[in-house]
Order: sequence, then C-alpha cells, then structure tokens
Amino acid sequence: MIIAERKPVAEILAMVKDAKKILVLACRGCVSVCSAGGEREAEILASLIRIGLKKEGKEAQVSCDSLVRQCDKEFIDSIDQFKGTYDAIVSTACGVGVNFIANLRPQDTVYPALNTSFMGGSAEQGIWSEQCAGCGDCILHLTGGLCPVVRCAKSLMNGPCGGSVNGRCEIHADVECIWQAIHDRMIRIGQSEGLDRIAPIRDWSTTSHGGPRKIVREDLTI
Amino acid sequence: MDSPPGGFNFTESEMSFTPNIQAFCCHYTSQQSLAEGAESLKADGMPENVTLNRLVCGGKLKEITLLKAFEEGADAVFFVGCPVDACHNKKGSERAAKRVLAVQKSLQELGLGAERAEMFHCARGFHLEFVEAAQLMHKRISALGPAFDGGSK
Ligand code: SF4
Ligand code: SF4
Repeated sequence: MIIAERKPVAEILAMVKDAKKILVLACRGCVSVCSAGGEREAEILASLIRIGLKKEGKEAQVSCDSLVRQCDKEFIDSIDQFKGTYDAIVSTACGVGVNFIANLRPQDTVYPALNTSFMGGSAEQGIWSEQCAGCGDCILHLTGGLCPVVRCAKSLMNGPCGGSVNGRCEIHADVECIWQAIHDRMIRIGQSEGLDRIAPIRDWSTTSHGGPRKIVREDLTI
Repeated sequence: MDSPPGGFNFTESEMSFTPNIQAFCCHYTSQQSLAEGAESLKADGMPENVTLNRLVCGGKLKEITLLKAFEEGADAVFFVGCPVDACHNKKGSERAAKRVLAVQKSLQELGLGAERAEMFHCARGFHLEFVEAAQLMHKRISALGPAFDGGSK
C-alpha cells in the first residue's frame, strides 16, 4: 500500500492561513491503514488546526469528513455533499488523492496534509518499509521475490556490489544488503542457477523518468 | 486568588495566573483518590485547578481527547497510569504513554511546548505521588503561563 506521514502542523497551518472554512478530508484507503490520513488522523489534524488557529488568535471554521477513497472519480464527485462548508480542503489522502481533487474540482482549493513516502508494508506495528518502486517491469521472478530496484541502494541488477559486508549494505549498517538476501534465498528455494544469469543492461523506460505513466485497459474502458 | 496548594512558593508572575489543567487517569490509579473525595484530596494538597477525568484504562486514552481539552481551554494535560510493568490491563499504561508522546510532539510543532502534556506512572491505590504529579504540573504551567493569549485566568 501507499505509506505516508503527516506533515508538521506548522506547515499545514501556513497553507490554510487565509482560509475561513477548512474541510479536513480523510481517505479511508491506504493512508487509513498506515494511520496517517484516515478518519482518526483527520479528526486529530482538525483539532490541531483549531488549536493552532486559537494560538494565533485567528478564527476559522474547521470541519472534518472522509471519502471512501480519493483516487476514484466517483468518490471525488461526492465532495458535492460538502458544498458551502469549505473554502479550502486539507486532504489527508496520499498525493494521488490531492491530485484527483485538483484534477476534478477546478474551483476548489486543496492542500496536502501528508508527505506521501513510498509503497511498502508494515511487518511490525508502527514501522513501515519500502518494498516496491513501481518500476513498470517487474523482475521479482528472477530475484527470489526480493526487489533490487528499490531495496538495493544502487538498484543493481547484478549484485551485490563490493560494499556488501556480512549481509549489510554499505550505505548503513542498519540496512540489509538485499542482494545478499537474494542470493541466500535463491539458494534456499533451489533456484541457485538463476544466480549465474548476467542481467543485461536494463531498459528503464518503464519507470517514471519519462513523464507520467498511464495504463489503458481496452477490456475495461467504456 | 486562593493560596497556592501543596505548600509551594510561587513568584509574583506565577501567582497572577491559575492554569486550567486537565488530568486524566485510569480507573486503578484513581480509585483510591476518588474514593477519598474532593475534600480529602484538597487536604492532601491537590491543586483545585486540576480537574480529574477518569478513564477505565490507559489503553482507552485517545490523542483527540487530550487535544479537545486544549480546544476547550486547558493550559496543560497529563495522564496518570499504572507503572509500565504493573498495568492491570497489561499494556494500557504503555499505550497511554504513546498517546501522550504524540500529543507532546504536536504541541511542540504548534509552538505551545511539549511540556504542556505529561505522562506519570503511579502505583494502584492512593499514593502521594498522585497529588505530587498534579502539583508538579501546576507549578510548571504556572511558571510557563497560559497556552493561549488571553487564556484561562
Ligand atoms: S522490480 Fe519493479 S515492480 Fe517489481 S517490486 Fe521492484 S520496483 Fe516493484
Ligand atoms: S551493499 Fe548490497 S544493497 Fe547495498 S548497494 Fe551494495 S548490493 Fe546494493
């Protein structure tokens, strides 16, 4: 899922400094699961904004609500129900949600409450780690299911590099060398012959360096 | 203004402001204190401007509850829960400490100061530490001043 964390409150307060009616809009998708921008976090943020405004001696109406998701047109359309209750939306969705509101609500002002961080998961409560960069050409079948694109500091296709020491990455002792883990795992699952393969120079055109990417599914479009 | 509770000596500026302090405590930490009643607590030195809010367990403490207290005029909040290794409900007190930590971080970000929220651990039943926690917060916030300009006087 998409992992995000709340921006410092002072940064959010600066965004809404001229707003008189603020709607803090939660997303019940990924950011709810990672406890960054669900209903509970939006309620907390609304309260923090009210406290911040009170401290600055300012007055504004701060309300709070949620959408099922903010990355689908049909849910963005349901913002109509809040008409008249806001002059600025503070979205606690990921960057996709904020973009969708900006795309689909030409007259609305929308601000991001979160820093959208990465695609990852939580193996331990309160700790999330990056697992996939959405490179558009997945090679996990060649690497024992472990991603060298995002989990190797150098995105090496033929690792490890010379800096790998005792299974740790040379960038920091806290970081595991994913190539060591790939080797260990492929041997363990009986795919060690895959380690003899020299990966060719990779075509990175499927990644995000060439502008925004798009998927069109003719079988689904209407 | 009433004489300061707890036998503390205050400077003149500290005396000019009586902070609104909201104390939250778990059922077990507060039971004896509440059984004693307000008058007995006062006699023990409980500052009168500290309001007790009782929860069934520290694990029930929500960040929003502490923040709402500030919205409603509190100058500080604190939670008194069981000692970490002796929580009646195992982890309630630890969880409460985490909620307080989150509120401290937010208060710092808002420029109000993390010291306006505090976590105390106190054994079950009545102990003077319970009153001392309130006195400490009273003294600290009296010196710090109101959370908001023109705040509770
Ligand atoms: S190879 Fe690409 S798509 Fe596959 S997990 Fe890594 S970044 Fe994601
Ligand atoms: S030590 Fe391992 S993870 Fe780190 S850069 Fe080298 S190959 Fe990649």
